[in-house]
Formats: sequence, C-alpha cells, structure tokens
Amino acid sequence: MKKKVLSVLLCVAMAATLAVGCGGKDSGSSDSDSKSSDTSKDSGKKTYAIVTKSAGNPFNEKEAEGFQKVIEAEGGECIVKHPEAATADAQVSVIQSLISQGVDSIAIAANDENALQASLEEAMDAGIKVSCLDSKTNTDSRQTFVNQAGTKEIGQVLMDAVLDITGGEGQWAILSATSQATNQNAWIDAMKEVMKDDKYSKLELVEVAYGDDEPQKSTDQTQALLSKYPDLKVICAPTTVGINAAAKVLQDEKSSVKLTGLGLPSEMAEYIGDDDAHSCPYMFLWNPSDLGSLSAYTSIALVDGTITGKAGDKFTAGDMGDYEIVDADDGGTEIILGDPFKFDPSNIDEWKDVY
Amino acid sequence: MKEKKSIWKTITGSREASLLIVLIILCVVISFRSPSFLTLKSISDMLKNNAVIMIMTLGMLGVLLIGGIDISVASTLAFSGMTVGMLLKYQKVENTFLLFLIAIGIGAACGLIIGLVIAKGKVLPIIATMGFMYIYRGMAYMIGNSQWASAENLGNFKNFALGKVLGINNVVLIMIICYIIFFVVMKWTKTGRKIYAVGSNREAASISGINTSNVELMVYTVMGTLAGLCGALAVAVYSSAQPNMLYGKEMDVIAACVIGGVSMTGGRGSVVGAFLGSLILAIIAKALPLVGIDAIAQNTVKGVIILVVVILNVITQRVMDKNNLKGREM
Repeated sequence: MKKKVLSVLLCVAMAATLAVGCGGKDSGSSDSDSKSSDTSKDSGKKTYAIVTKSAGNPFNEKEAEGFQKVIEAEGGECIVKHPEAATADAQVSVIQSLISQGVDSIAIAANDENALQASLEEAMDAGIKVSCLDSKTNTDSRQTFVNQAGTKEIGQVLMDAVLDITGGEGQWAILSATSQATNQNAWIDAMKEVMKDDKYSKLELVEVAYGDDEPQKSTDQTQALLSKYPDLKVICAPTTVGINAAAKVLQDEKSSVKLTGLGLPSEMAEYIGDDDAHSCPYMFLWNPSDLGSLSAYTSIALVDGTITGKAGDKFTAGDMGDYEIVDADDGGTEIILGDPFKFDPSNIDEWKDVY
Repeated sequence: MKEKKSIWKTITGSREASLLIVLIILCVVISFRSPSFLTLKSISDMLKNNAVIMIMTLGMLGVLLIGGIDISVASTLAFSGMTVGMLLKYQKVENTFLLFLIAIGIGAACGLIIGLVIAKGKVLPIIATMGFMYIYRGMAYMIGNSQWASAENLGNFKNFALGKVLGINNVVLIMIICYIIFFVVMKWTKTGRKIYAVGSNREAASISGINTSNVELMVYTVMGTLAGLCGALAVAVYSSAQPNMLYGKEMDVIAACVIGGVSMTGGRGSVVGAFLGSLILAIIAKALPLVGIDAIAQNTVKGVIILVVVILNVITQRVMDKNNLKGREM
C-alpha cells in the first residue's frame, strides 16, 4: 500500500517536472507569442517573422536581434521564432503556426534545402512573403535569399588567406563539417575553383577531412591530419565547430601548423594572434546582426511591394545602403550582404564580446 | 580439469580474452597502414579524446547489469557541463576543484531523480530516461540562455586537461582511477556482487534479502554522478561549453558496453569487458581518419566493425555455454 502511494506520488512529481521542463523550453519564444497576439488585435501594423535554425546558439540570437531592431525601428511587429532543434521538422511546425497567425512575411534560415517546400509554398499561397537568410531553401520555396557572403567571395578570401599564411607554397588541408553540408561544399568547390589560378599553383591541397561539427570527431580528424602530413602548413576550417576544435589541438600541441577559416570571434578569441603561441593568425565571418538587419529590410521591401524577388530589383536598406537582387547559382535570386569580415589580433578584442 | 585447460580454451573460455585478440588484430592492422598510430603521444591523445565516453561506459555497465538502460547520460553531461561553463563565464566560481564538485553534485542529483522514478515509481527505464533525456538537455539550453562558454571564458579551468601527473594526462588519470575503483567494487565488494545478483535473477536476489530497488536507485545515481563528472571533463578537454555537447553520444556509450560483452538483459558483463569495449570504439574513431578511409564510408565501416566484434562475442559466449554444459553432463 505504502509503495503504491509512493509510486503515485512519484509519477505526479515526474509529470510536474515534465510540465515545468516543457514550460521552460517554450519560454524563449513566449514573449514573441504574446506580441503576435497583440498584432491580431491591431491590424494596421504589419507583422514580420524570422525563423532561425535553432535555439541556444549565439549566432542565431544575434541574427534575430538585428532583424528585430530594424523591424521595430520601422514600426512593424516582429515575431522571433527559434525552433528547439536544428531540424526541418521543428521548422515546419513553426511555419505552420506562423501561417495560422497570419503574418505578412517569413524570413527563414533553412535547416534543409528541400524539406520545407510544402509548408513554405503553403505560406506563399496564403499571401505571405517568404525569404531566406543564412542558409537557403530550393528556389521553389523562396522569393529571394539574403546571402551572408557570395560563395565566390568566400572561396577567394579563404584561398588568399591560405596563400598568405603558407608563404606562397606548401601543403594545406581543409577541415569541414559533414560531407553533405550544402554551404560547406559550395565554399570548398569555390576554393578549388580559385586554386586553378597560377598564383596558387605551388599550394597542394592534401585532404578534405570531415569533423561532422562534433568537437570529438573534429579533434580526431585534426590529429590525424597532423600525423599523416608532417609537412602540413595550414588547415582551413570553414566551420565554427571545426575551427574551434582544430585551434585547440594546434595550440595545445604548440604545432607549427597554422589555422584559418570561418569562426565565431567569441569562441576563437583565445586562439587568434600573430605569434607562435597562437594557432590562428586571422579568420573570417560575417556579421550576423547585419545579416538579420538586411533580411529585415528585405522582408519589409517584399511586403510593401518595392521588390518582388526578381533579379534586377533594387531597394534601400536604411543606413546599410542600396542593394540589388542578383541571380543565384541555383537558378533563384539572392542579395549579397558583402565580403566576409576579417578578424585579426587588432580587432578581436572588440568583437569577442559582440558574438 | 585444470591441467587440461589449453590456450584455445582460455581464449574461448573468456570473452575478455577474445576481445583482447580483436584489439590486438585491430592495432596491428592499423599500425601497419599508419606507423604513427602506436606512438605514446597518439595513444595518450586517443585516451584523452575518448575519456568521457570511457568513464560513462562504467556507469552504463552498472545500469545494464541490472537489466536497465539509461539514454539520458549525454543530456546529464550537457547540463552539468553547461553549468560549469556558465559559472566560469560569469565568474561566479573559478576554483577548478570546486567546479568539479559542483558538476559531480549536479550529476548525482540528476541520477538520483532518475533512479527514484525508475526504482520507486516503477517506470520502465527506457521511458523514464527518454523523458529525462529531453528534460536535462532542455535544462542545458535554459541555463545557457543562448550563450556559449568559450576558451577565453574558461580561464585556468581548461588547463586541467593539459596538466600531467607522473607523465599521464590528468583526464586520462581520472579515467584510470575510475576504472580501478569500479574493478575493485564490482569484483570484491558486497555492493558489486549485489548488482550482479539483481541482474541475474531479481526474484532470487529479493528473496535472499537484497533490497533490489535500493540497488537500482544506487546504479542510476552512480551513472548520473559519472555523467556529471564527465560534463566538467568535456568542458576542460574541448575548452568549450555548448548546450548540444555530445549530442547523441549515449549510443556510443551503450555500444561500448555491448562490444565489451555486457548483456542488454542484465547479469552479464565485467569492468574489463567495458574497458576493452570502449577502447575498441576509441581505436576505431581514432584510426578511421588515419588509415585513409573515405570520409563518407567511415560510419559504415564503424558499424561493420562493431557488428563483427559483437557477433564474435556471441559465438564465444555460445562456445562457453556449451563447454559449461559438457561439464555438467559429466
């Protein structure tokens, strides 16, 4: 009898914990929910939504902040949605709820190129303007795409960095995320394209390794690169998790191999420096806050009809200047934010606190 | 009987011995293709990079021995790791030892709650730990509040993973100490034998006066404690605390046990087996990029090796059972 009572009590306790846990998880988006209920009452204001890749990531957070700031400054209502997991499934349910809320636009950083097509087409049929930022969907699921930096530009700056750090010749390797990541593969292809130029003929790309964006696997891969290629000079990691793990390995081992790539300043501050004690002389990334802001201006321009998403359309993005929609490689259109931003010892201290 | 024991019988008579042979074959093949594999530095790197999984394998051994399962371990690890990361980031606690204690405490509390729900609430282990897998992972996100702790925030704490005692890396040393403690406890103490008793036959154990639900509670608490400790270790090793730390790695922990010959239905398994199992998994992870297998094929090769080892294990077990039966007939 006593046991029964106890077990019932425990079950209740567990149910309560579960309820608390679930409640907590939603708290990230609850403030935006309350905002959206306001908008249904006040129909004069336009509602602009942003869907990031997932919750709990400072990059996504900054992106949404930049978006929200612009929308609110322009007098719109902003809905920020962070799906709880970085999956297409989680985004689909968020999109569905945005459609039923009747928002005017959705800007989304897609977790999958094709899986969101059905729900995004449904949104467009309902008159919602759909654009992508950071990571794009296929051309049928979007009107345009706010690209953080052109694929070619990224390939170019990374190759120039490799050329510079190696001193013009020698072996280098790439440490990527997964072998299926679309953006990673596009950048790697762009780098290989750039490498065909005579200027880079003395560089030898020995391997493209994949760390699956896991610290453990990226560490294994970096150590394998070091022991396989004793003459290696540079590792280029165009992924934030990979560059962080590689930087740690190189710096701990006081290796002569140097690192560059794409990384978050706050994560990489410890490793950036010109001397031998630091593993990364400089690296690149874009400003997620600017990316969010440009996406916000794009959403506004789409909603008020300044642009339709066709190549050649022009609009003004507040104090960010004028932008033009151009043809993207996949047959759709895109807006390019600008060149990747360089983080080096001179500016890392001011950026590490930003994101 | 004893003098008849040939080498063949020693091999087929113990699962650990057959695992050891697999391990040696793997090492020989790998070092043949990549001579740098069997250097002291390479082995030390490998142990350090896999210490977290290897330590959690011990806890999982206990859980599997009593016929349970815990798929929330990676989430517990993330929760305790994120807590340590955030405490450092906001400069609340900076003493390395204290941070480890906090991480262990959080892990123990997480494990205790799981144990209570399973042992006293009579909830199926896989269902209870599935729930807690989401709860603890969610709590890791909540405590992080969209922030990560990076190398720069971690101050002296990250140096722990670089330090050495007697030439052995601190992290590896902790792993070895855990294994020694478990080996002694499981083999020579009442507590260890109770775990085996409950796993082999719960009713019999209960009748003979063992409080089975207390044993269950203890096993999950120990699992949580180790996961908590590993949270702090992982933050030190990778100099980074992110809420998605070791996402999905509970499967590696269970796989290490299974390779090591721990039975999923309880009662069978040993600390040496768990050690060899997790070591084989670590060697596979370390060696695949070294021997130059295509990146896209690596997971497939990993799966095949795991299956082959487990099948080998099952065959050894059958031979063992057969031999035991023979003895009975005589």
